[in-house]
Amino acid sequence: MGMDRREFIRIAGLSTLLGLGGKGAFELLRPGQVEAAMAAKPEAQGVVRWAMVVNMQKLDEATAKKCIEACHRVHNVPDFKKPKDAKDTLPPEVLNRYEVKWLWTEHFHNAFPGEDHPNMLEKVAHLPFLLLCNHCDNPPCVRVCPTKATFRREDGIVNMDMHRCIGCRFCMAGCPFGARSFNWRDPRPYVADTFPGYPTREIGVVEKCTFCAERLAQNMLPACVEASGGALVFGDLNDEKSRVRDTLKRYFTIRRKVHLGTNPQVYYIV
Amino acid sequence: MGEKYKNEFGVFAERPQVEKKYYNAKYIFTGLAVFLILLILPLAPNLGKTVPPPQRQLDTPVIQKMAEKDRQCIMPTDWMRANHMQMLVDWRDKVVRTNEKGAPNGRDFVSPDGKKYLASLTNTCMDCHSNKEKFCDQCHNYVAVAPNCWGCHLQEGKKLAEAK
Amino acid sequence: MLEKALIGTKRYYLLLAVLGGIFALGFLFYLQQLKVGLGITGMGRDVSWGFYIAQFTYLVGVAASAVMVVLPYYLHNYKAFGRVTILGEFLAVAAVTMCVTFVLVDMGRPDRVFNVFKYPTPNSVMFWDIIVLNGYLLLNILIGWNVLECERHSVAPPKWIKFLSYVSIPWAVSIHTVTAFLYAGLPGRGYWLTAIMAPRFLSSAFAAGPSLLVLLCLLVRKYTKFDPGREQIQSLAKVVTYATLINVFFFFCEVFTVFYSQIPDHMLHFQYLFAGLQGKARLVPFMWFSIVGMTITAILLTNPKLRQNENTLAALCGMVIITTWIDKGLGLMTGGFVPNPMEKVTEYAPTVPEAFITLGVWALGFLVLTLLYKVAVSIKEEIRS
Repeated sequence: MGMDRREFIRIAGLSTLLGLGGKGAFELLRPGQVEAAMAAKPEAQGVVRWAMVVNMQKLDEATAKKCIEACHRVHNVPDFKKPKDAKDTLPPEVLNRYEVKWLWTEHFHNAFPGEDHPNMLEKVAHLPFLLLCNHCDNPPCVRVCPTKATFRREDGIVNMDMHRCIGCRFCMAGCPFGARSFNWRDPRPYVADTFPGYPTREIGVVEKCTFCAERLAQNMLPACVEASGGALVFGDLNDEKSRVRDTLKRYFTIRRKVHLGTNPQVYYIV
Repeated sequence: MGEKYKNEFGVFAERPQVEKKYYNAKYIFTGLAVFLILLILPLAPNLGKTVPPPQRQLDTPVIQKMAEKDRQCIMPTDWMRANHMQMLVDWRDKVVRTNEKGAPNGRDFVSPDGKKYLASLTNTCMDCHSNKEKFCDQCHNYVAVAPNCWGCHLQEGKKLAEAK
Repeated sequence: MLEKALIGTKRYYLLLAVLGGIFALGFLFYLQQLKVGLGITGMGRDVSWGFYIAQFTYLVGVAASAVMVVLPYYLHNYKAFGRVTILGEFLAVAAVTMCVTFVLVDMGRPDRVFNVFKYPTPNSVMFWDIIVLNGYLLLNILIGWNVLECERHSVAPPKWIKFLSYVSIPWAVSIHTVTAFLYAGLPGRGYWLTAIMAPRFLSSAFAAGPSLLVLLCLLVRKYTKFDPGREQIQSLAKVVTYATLINVFFFFCEVFTVFYSQIPDHMLHFQYLFAGLQGKARLVPFMWFSIVGMTITAILLTNPKLRQNENTLAALCGMVIITTWIDKGLGLMTGGFVPNPMEKVTEYAPTVPEAFITLGVWALGFLVLTLLYKVAVSIKEEIRS
């Protein structure tokens, strides 16, 4: 027994190397695979990068509501306030906890905390800011997911694989925008009119806005954009002639919590 | 007395002297019997019974409307029977993980005879095989498997474009 | 060796039956959770981790603290701890067992748990946490069991066990560091976004773990013929004292940075915990009790007289356990999630089923602990006689 300091340092050092070497080993075996999934790389010409602009000058309460309804209808998002069968009525205190939302509204000081001030334009303070997943270029939810159930597509969409999600909710802790919802209970009794083109969800998985990946695949615009009557602009950020690029060139836009470095791809015209 | 012997903990003076006989036979055999009974118990209700294999029901209205020569699945029937589960899992990954770096992409499935299909359980398979109880459940029950497709996916689907 | 766990006094069987009963009750509630979903807990979209993950975090600390008896023994040749290393190691085994179980009961889809291995994802801290936790469990079972067996046969442990003991020292530090990294790397959670998270975790672990060990040693001495030793308990008490002091110091370091910088993202969480926010203040009394209690306990512990009296020592150790549990369990989870990213306040409280499931997991842990300690103590008694 007994060990001198030198030997201790040797062993501690070797252990540290071993610990740090784990990821290196992985990178050696499958170069580029890990990092590629984590963050955006400078895209080559001709690659699509989807983005959205929310024009708050055109968006009023009624339009926002229409957008939300369109989104939640075509994605079978449950409304726990309205059970299909009266026997499934939930106590009021759980409604807020269970809520699933892909698209919703908040006031300015909630959507952009810390950027409001007492003397700001009163109209803006009461606008219904439409919030959704920002499809960040550097998404923390993708970084923390232990199974790659949440992943970033090459076209920038941060998508979810409901078949793979283990329901650990690390992504919900990671998302700084509150864009993720968990299925705390079976949503089916609360989907009023089941939309036939899209699945529902089971208990225990996380879900969120997908930029309507299933509609984009059929050359359709996202449901909310279609219902917005021009208040929402959607398109390819890498295409100079696209409507998003044009809108971004002509208006000053802000984004949520840019200081966190996630690089959100939903822009707001105030 | 016994010779010295060695195991992974070091050298020991003597091998322990133990009389060779069945110890605790009463408990051991009772325990084994209980274990065996518990093991067999779930099988007992079916003992000696012959459950007839399910009859496939293919005559849904959609299939009946088809001309005789068109009445075939996207792959030969035998292949489908053996491989449909793996094919659905492949479709699933290709569709959901479309555009992911390094993943196999695509929502299209091309059958050997060159016909193109939308890779979708609800929107393609269930179009013809709209009798889930007969077509899916019967066999799955018979072989005691419980795929959880239907926890999320709907039995009846329309093509997205139609549903707009 | 295992046979020692099968034979015991009536009191021993009664303890096992009680723990088993509580576990079974918790399991029944867990079956309900499996069926209905995690909605039967008090968690929700704003506070999406609750009691389960809080216990998990706390218990990782208890597990890591085994290093506080292993390190002096192996690195500084502090022979006295040779008698209690086994108690530390087996405590770690029980604690990690509870950790793993808590993670499992917190999962929305436990049926898919193996996806973590099927799709290994090194950029997720959870991937590393699973590796280090399971590795640590394995290490402690191997080391504890083999050293005990060697002691029984009065032979020196084999070389590879010694090697694993050295490995287990940095490994213990790693389990709590990686667990802290689960939280400390998330951009939008001001309460957790602090470089001192891992050091704070370790200091509270080295306060709480050895406190529990002191209590367990006193219990073992009272109810068995094996005496872990007065010197050993006193050495552990010193570890508790310094770790608690450092933990209080770290807390005030945190408070300084947060409040002198006046950055709202970081302040709001502290304000919620210690003063209440938007009229909601459910945790305020708990948090004040925790930090005031912890500070007073730390100061009292520095008094050698109070430490040497085993009654006051036991009381102080109890206080350390309770106050660190509130700080790192209740406060850390809820405080991190309140206010939510939209700066709205949704409070959290565990529900009855959630509490019973938690109790069930604790019962499972203590069942494992009782069985392992029974083996260890019986062997120690056998050696003495």
